[in-house]
Amino acid sequence: MMLRLTAGRVGSLVARRAAVALTTSSARMASHGHEVSEAVDMSKPMYWDRREIPLPDKRYKDILTPADKSLKEKEKGPWGQLSNEEKLALYRLSFCQTYPEMNQSSSEWKTVVAGVLYCIGLTGLVIIWQTAYVSPPAPRTFDAEWQAKQVKRMLDMRVSPIEGFAAQWDYEKGQWK
Amino acid sequence: MFRAAVRLSVSGVRSITRTQPGCQALLASRGYSHGKQETDEEFDARWVTYFNKSDIDAWELRKGMNTLIGYDLVPEPKIVEAALKACRRLNDLASAIRILEAVKDKAGPHKDIYPYLIQELKPTLEELGISTPEELGIDKV
Repeated sequence: MMLRLTAGRVGSLVARRAAVALTTSSARMASHGHEVSEAVDMSKPMYWDRREIPLPDKRYKDILTPADKSLKEKEKGPWGQLSNEEKLALYRLSFCQTYPEMNQSSSEWKTVVAGVLYCIGLTGLVIIWQTAYVSPPAPRTFDAEWQAKQVKRMLDMRVSPIEGFAAQWDYEKGQWK
Repeated sequence: MFRAAVRLSVSGVRSITRTQPGCQALLASRGYSHGKQETDEEFDARWVTYFNKSDIDAWELRKGMNTLIGYDLVPEPKIVEAALKACRRLNDLASAIRILEAVKDKAGPHKDIYPYLIQELKPTLEELGISTPEELGIDKV
């Protein structure tokens, strides 16, 4: 409405072109208003419940019923005349959650811990299956017999004889100290 | 004495050295080593003047409250009183109740600050007809 009036008053080509552009864009926006996906327009003031922002940029409820509107009118008078229910209704018009509701803790952490442990368990099962069916057989150096021969060879060549390996072997008695 | 016991931010520690609840409003302490530091009284006076503007608009109220709540302090009763009166001029009861909730939340674990605040604000609350969140039953989930 206002755009058409402006175009009429100014009458210049530029204004008319600008007015046309604005009306078409507003027409486009109007047709977009009834689409299925409700994308939040982040260029407009938003509402959010945050401890550190007690009064958000806009009221919670945008669309007011006639009952809400009459309550808003009553709000202009003395507040002592409002009942507790009316005061609560006014609060809920402007805000979604109260501070205690905002701050309440949830049991989400239990789900998270359970999920993490479940995934770790699943991975453990996969690894067990892998060692059984995927990994090749162990090298022969892991056999007990080979290991025994290896230890004897290490003792024979006196590996770390002062404070380490061979130092633990009693060469006279032929046993570990 | 409390400094060792209570783990608070730098500006918060200053408040705890004065243990009586009357002195909660602090200087908005900035990390400047130069320049004159604003005293508590100057801080309070500045904020009371801000909210006492007779033709304050809704944006200014919101901006003021959100800024004030952003500071590491609980506002003095006289600042909250000025803010509540500003709500009355703007015919906004919901914001008045929200302000009371916010200052209670600001006090955090210090449970004795909010009752003191309400006690100091009682005349204003009665004069303007503002119910506290407790009276409306929204202080519990």
